[in-house]
Amino acid sequence: MEWETVIGLEIHSQLKTKSKIFSGASTAFGAAPNSQACAVDLGLPGVLPVLNKEAVVMAIRFGLAVGAKVNKRSIFDRKNYFYPDLPKGYQISQFELPVVGEGEIEITTEDGKTKKVGITRAHLEEDAGKSIHDLYDDYTAIDLNRAGTPLLEIVSDPDMSNAKEAVAYAKKIHALVQYIGICDGNMQEGSFRCDANVSIRKKGAKKLGTRAELKNINSFKFLEKAINLEVERQQDILEEGGSVVQETRLYDSVKNETRSMRSKEEANDYRYFPDPDLLPVEVDDELLEKIRSNLPELPTEKKQRFVSELGLSDYDAEVLTSQKAVADYFEAMLGAGANSKLSANWVMGELSAVLNKNQMDIEDCPVSAEAFAELVVRIADDTISGKIAKDVFKAMWQGEGSADEIIDSKGLKQMTDSGAIESIIDEIIANNAPQVEQYKGGNTKLLGFFVGQVMKATQGKANPKQVNQLLNEKLS
Amino acid sequence: MMHKLTVAELSKGLKNKEFSSVELTEHFLARINHSDLNAFITVTDDLALNQARAADEKIANGSAGILTGIPYAHKDIFCTIGVKTSAGSKILDPFISPYDATVSHKLNSADMIMLGKANMDELAMGSSNEKSYYGPVKNPWNKNKVPGGSSGGSAAAVAGRLSPFATGTDTGGSIRQPASLCGITGIKPTYGRVSRYGMIAYASSLDQAGPLTQTAEDAALIMNVMAGFDDKDSTSVDRTVPDYTKNLGNSIEGLKIGLPKEFFSQGLDSGVAETVMAAVKEFEAMGASVQEISLPNSAYAIPTYYIVAPCECSSNLSRLDGVRYGYRCEDPKDLEDLYLRSRSEGFGPEVKRRIMIGTYALSAGYYDAYYLKAQKVRHLISEDFKKAFQDVDVIMGPVSPTTAFDLGAFKDSVSMYLADIYTLSLNLAGLPGMSIPAGFSNNMPVGLQLIGNYWSEELLLNAAHQFQGQTDWHAQMPEGV
Repeated sequence: MEWETVIGLEIHSQLKTKSKIFSGASTAFGAAPNSQACAVDLGLPGVLPVLNKEAVVMAIRFGLAVGAKVNKRSIFDRKNYFYPDLPKGYQISQFELPVVGEGEIEITTEDGKTKKVGITRAHLEEDAGKSIHDLYDDYTAIDLNRAGTPLLEIVSDPDMSNAKEAVAYAKKIHALVQYIGICDGNMQEGSFRCDANVSIRKKGAKKLGTRAELKNINSFKFLEKAINLEVERQQDILEEGGSVVQETRLYDSVKNETRSMRSKEEANDYRYFPDPDLLPVEVDDELLEKIRSNLPELPTEKKQRFVSELGLSDYDAEVLTSQKAVADYFEAMLGAGANSKLSANWVMGELSAVLNKNQMDIEDCPVSAEAFAELVVRIADDTISGKIAKDVFKAMWQGEGSADEIIDSKGLKQMTDSGAIESIIDEIIANNAPQVEQYKGGNTKLLGFFVGQVMKATQGKANPKQVNQLLNEKLS
Repeated sequence: MMHKLTVAELSKGLKNKEFSSVELTEHFLARINHSDLNAFITVTDDLALNQARAADEKIANGSAGILTGIPYAHKDIFCTIGVKTSAGSKILDPFISPYDATVSHKLNSADMIMLGKANMDELAMGSSNEKSYYGPVKNPWNKNKVPGGSSGGSAAAVAGRLSPFATGTDTGGSIRQPASLCGITGIKPTYGRVSRYGMIAYASSLDQAGPLTQTAEDAALIMNVMAGFDDKDSTSVDRTVPDYTKNLGNSIEGLKIGLPKEFFSQGLDSGVAETVMAAVKEFEAMGASVQEISLPNSAYAIPTYYIVAPCECSSNLSRLDGVRYGYRCEDPKDLEDLYLRSRSEGFGPEVKRRIMIGTYALSAGYYDAYYLKAQKVRHLISEDFKKAFQDVDVIMGPVSPTTAFDLGAFKDSVSMYLADIYTLSLNLAGLPGMSIPAGFSNNMPVGLQLIGNYWSEELLLNAAHQFQGQTDWHAQMPEGV
């Protein structure tokens, strides 16, 4: 039997406001437990929520960035359920009328094609606190610092048909929220979390299969693994003649398995109703225009510009714009005078390799964009060869100084004095008569041998172009 | 005899150094301590005397305001730093607020003296003050009768002259009905006029705070302090607060009064009806004109209210879960047990009833039939008033269908819900309303209800003040006071 997979994602993106969505308490991560929870966050009797307008502005930025309809009027509702880390016994969220309506975003699939993924809606809500179960034997500890942190829940249409697409979509949203400055994207700290709705159906079937909702996924790698596990699980059930149960499943990254949290029957009736403590959110055209005019260049726009103005390939432009921090780094290099194509190659090549090896993000790169630009400039102006540049970069990474300092102190400057190179070439020709014979006899492949000898003799400092040219002249 | 004076008179007395705030405070504290009305849950002697001493200093050095040094009873629904705020419930019996409600803060800032926290129906649910965890309050006019509710302690304290004025809150009549039953003046302002921040929520879209006083003039003085926009309450309205005392003396000649025929139909006690009509005649004598009007959807106010208020309270009270503060059951065996027993043991039967009604009405599959429908009817009720105020300036009628009933008279809560038949619709519409003493029936006070258009508190206070200039019902006191 051939199956097809249908995936929709719900992404909780923590908004980068300074204070919480309904109180003045700070949203900073990592403070001492319960030190950033005020009377409102604690849900004391009599307290009232007051909307942080910055959160609305951020939600609208997102809406505009995905070409969505921004609702002129949206409503905050109460989602009622009891849990110790939910101080009020309800979460303030948006149910019927979210601030952001339908939009879409383009992803690139594995085969390099583009695909549009619909965005159903995006709504504002407050985060709950944290329950810590393993701190004490007999108690669960509650930290309400996170309670009331603003979240934008971005709900996709069920448009993705495999785990890779889901990851591509999630990464795209991840990049976008950082581009527009509404989320720091930090997945370890929980600033960006994904839930995946996964179902399978017979290939070609119209009706959607019963879905399971996968929760607790905090990396793209786990997203892919969790979806693939779930697809396999559902296939096994259906192929054995069983039926999939609608339920919420928890992904366990340690055991690499998903397990049932609660079934549909056990699901809460959240008794949503409009929060009478909050007025409807009204968005007028003036505000909308103001937010629109303040939007930064979006990733797709930047990609197009990299292609049309910088002459980069589609692929390079895509890679360089897929993360805001990378694009920023790259553009900072250009700002410091580096050549665009050379910079692109070095960022995507050497830099990205060493960052990967050290499991570091570009934000934490010990070599600044300006310093890296200096290195690239030295390649472009023939001060050093690309090969030497790799050694210089290693030294820079170790903190040994700037590109110029390292080139100077190690004497790595490229030999451009053609007289000096010529005399080295003459010596090599004299010492390698048999090879010269063979070369002249038609074995032109041996040019590489002579180049190698010259480079060895000059410790790599000779300009390869010049060496080639001179060798050609001398051996002809 | 200081306790018989109005706020306005006390203010003059303090200013003229006829007595000090400490003397005044000691006098009221002594009266409270000798009272058997059960009007207070907590009496804050030390705090009050400290505040009084500070007030006296201000009076001495000339920095006193008009209300400096005046004592008051604070309904136990308002959070007060360092003082127990129980809202009449066992579930909050151990709760001491770490913050002040905006109303508390405003009264403090006006140098007023809090004598204590007034008794009330549990979490403001009730019309008799019999639902308090701290026991029923007695009506000072007849101690076998109820003072009304939920601000029963506040009304009894003012009527019994245990306090010159008291704060109250009104979700469905909880200021006006006890004011009526205790023969005092009470005003429920327009929704959004007074901040709800720090007022323990019953039904957020209906709750509104206001003063209970002897006179309309006093109500105006207190409204000057209580009213105003609060950036901590999104539903409070940023609108200039007038000096409510400024136009009290205006003539009401030409005032157009509407009498809704629905407020004078079946179920209204004839003695109450006569008293109310006599008061209306008094307004006519002062130059007002009277016409009959219709509020056709009035009959739906009770069912609508008993959907809206329970729905909101079922959610508002979820925070009282035994986890962070308030009552927690002993030795919970797990989380569910903690929730179940803390709430079962902590809430009284009337509160539980409303939580259950609200939970049911908001449930999937019932929401449209109950909550949404109620919202639509609520809109119709507001439209009735809107239409009526095209023709009249003030609507008048009874506050309560009867005078104060006997303690224990209502065995079932639902029939007591009818006691609020004339008061609920204002809350649903968000309109301001007053109750002023209009006379007596069977030796018990009868209140006249004045209903105004949005933001017409000035007009209501003016009309009430003019009436009180022509009558002395508001100056009557229970025997022995």
